[in-house]
Amino acid sequence: MTEEKFDVIVIGAGMAGNAAAYTMASRGMKVLQLERGEYPGSKNVQGAIMYADMLEKIMPDFRDDAPLERHLVEQRFWMMDDTSHIGMQYRSDDFNESRPNRYTVIRAQFDKWFSRKVREAGATLLCETTATELVRDPKGKVIGVRTDRAGEAILADVVVLAEGVNGLLGTRAGLRDTPKPETVALAVKEMHFLPEEVIDQRFGLKANEGCVIEAAGTITRNMAGLAFLYTNKESISIGIGCLVSEFAVTMESPYDLLERFKNHPSVKPLIAGSEVKEYAAHLIPEGGYKAIPPLFGHGWVVVGDAAQLNNAVHREGSNLAMTSGRIAGEAIAQIKNRKKPMIKENLSLYKSMLEQSFVIKDLRKYKDMPALLHTNSRNFFTTYPKLLSQAAQSFMRVDSTPKLDKERAATAAFIKARSRLGLVSDAVRLALAWR
Amino acid sequence: MTTAVTNIRVEDKLYQNRYVVDSGRPHIRVRPHEWPSVNLYALTSVCPAKCYELNDQGQVEIIADGCMECGTCRILCEASGDIEWNYPRGGFGVLFKFG
Repeated sequence: MTEEKFDVIVIGAGMAGNAAAYTMASRGMKVLQLERGEYPGSKNVQGAIMYADMLEKIMPDFRDDAPLERHLVEQRFWMMDDTSHIGMQYRSDDFNESRPNRYTVIRAQFDKWFSRKVREAGATLLCETTATELVRDPKGKVIGVRTDRAGEAILADVVVLAEGVNGLLGTRAGLRDTPKPETVALAVKEMHFLPEEVIDQRFGLKANEGCVIEAAGTITRNMAGLAFLYTNKESISIGIGCLVSEFAVTMESPYDLLERFKNHPSVKPLIAGSEVKEYAAHLIPEGGYKAIPPLFGHGWVVVGDAAQLNNAVHREGSNLAMTSGRIAGEAIAQIKNRKKPMIKENLSLYKSMLEQSFVIKDLRKYKDMPALLHTNSRNFFTTYPKLLSQAAQSFMRVDSTPKLDKERAATAAFIKARSRLGLVSDAVRLALAWR
Repeated sequence: MTTAVTNIRVEDKLYQNRYVVDSGRPHIRVRPHEWPSVNLYALTSVCPAKCYELNDQGQVEIIADGCMECGTCRILCEASGDIEWNYPRGGFGVLFKFG
């Protein structure tokens, strides 16, 4: 193997790495993929929701045999205080279509399947292999990698870094910075198993229908963060995540947050009696557009979480990963077809193609959102949920207080907590960041 | 819920997970120190696997066996030199069944 030279080495067998490797292998390129886990997916953690459109663009008939859990027909968003939640909810039978738009998946299973497709397309996969160092030629162009296996370096024309949010290879080589505590969230997650029909009953679902609950509020204890609950076929993925920088200040324990969320009166009945089979933790890139590192250089490109391509506002990550991997693969295949070298000038094609896609357009749209939520976390994640909950409760409790008095009290509570100027400023800043 | 302080043991959670421990080759080391830095001390609460603990002399120690390889400690402490961070050798470490 060490004597062989490959067209491309892909580091990692997650969403981005598999998309890139599949795209290039199915175009006849000689692809080597390295994965440090025992099997693809064994090191990967996600909520997880998979977006069909982005996978369809890679593999149109994926629904035939991909391990999909439930397609989503309902989304709830909860603003929580300690004993209640006020929510928004959307449910539509239109999502019960022949080619559903979003599915819940279990990453260890999904990634194994995706990886099998990659190998069927002709790529060589080497598991239990950690890439330790990039190899460069005297001019500084990346020409391969060293691994923790004995033997010589493995050589290729170009290396695709799909090594995830905490990728060491690119950061140690100085191609990009290690993520900052303010630009990554730490999320913890548990898998709660329940019989399929119990999940159906508790969430009002039938057949393969699924439901998503995402929640913000006092559950993150003054930190910027989000909790989630996704229905799989026979399990519920439940988790919570907050910015690492805020964890470090508050000294909150992530598992303690998760326990509190699980014990919240709005959540507890949904998971009652379940059997927990796994506890996982993972970082999520939250820095948005401004945190995107250089995407390409001499002999390398970076894709997916390693490139901070994650839309925190819409909680989309795997679709950006898949799309950036596919586009990197297409760009590299084009360069190879034109018989051009894999140097920086030519690999810039990847960036220009990515800029034409929703990936960069969406991230640019929300470029100011991370800073806003970070500097204002207390208002958005604690003050407003509490105020909304109090106002809702006041209107639901029918007593002898005139409705006009209730309205005045609710308005006064908002002004007292945030001042008129503060409310207007928050609204304006939110609108500007959303624009 | 406001009053109930959860008293869960993270060890019980980690017990659900599958690990292949690379005995005698820890992938994370804490540099010797007299007093922990603020961020190093924070790891005693923030590490989701509770790998970091304070010893009797007030120093932070690590037992990385339950590590889920999230990288939080690297993000907080590697740059300052408090810790030395690597992934486990290929095939070792946590193996998620669901992920």
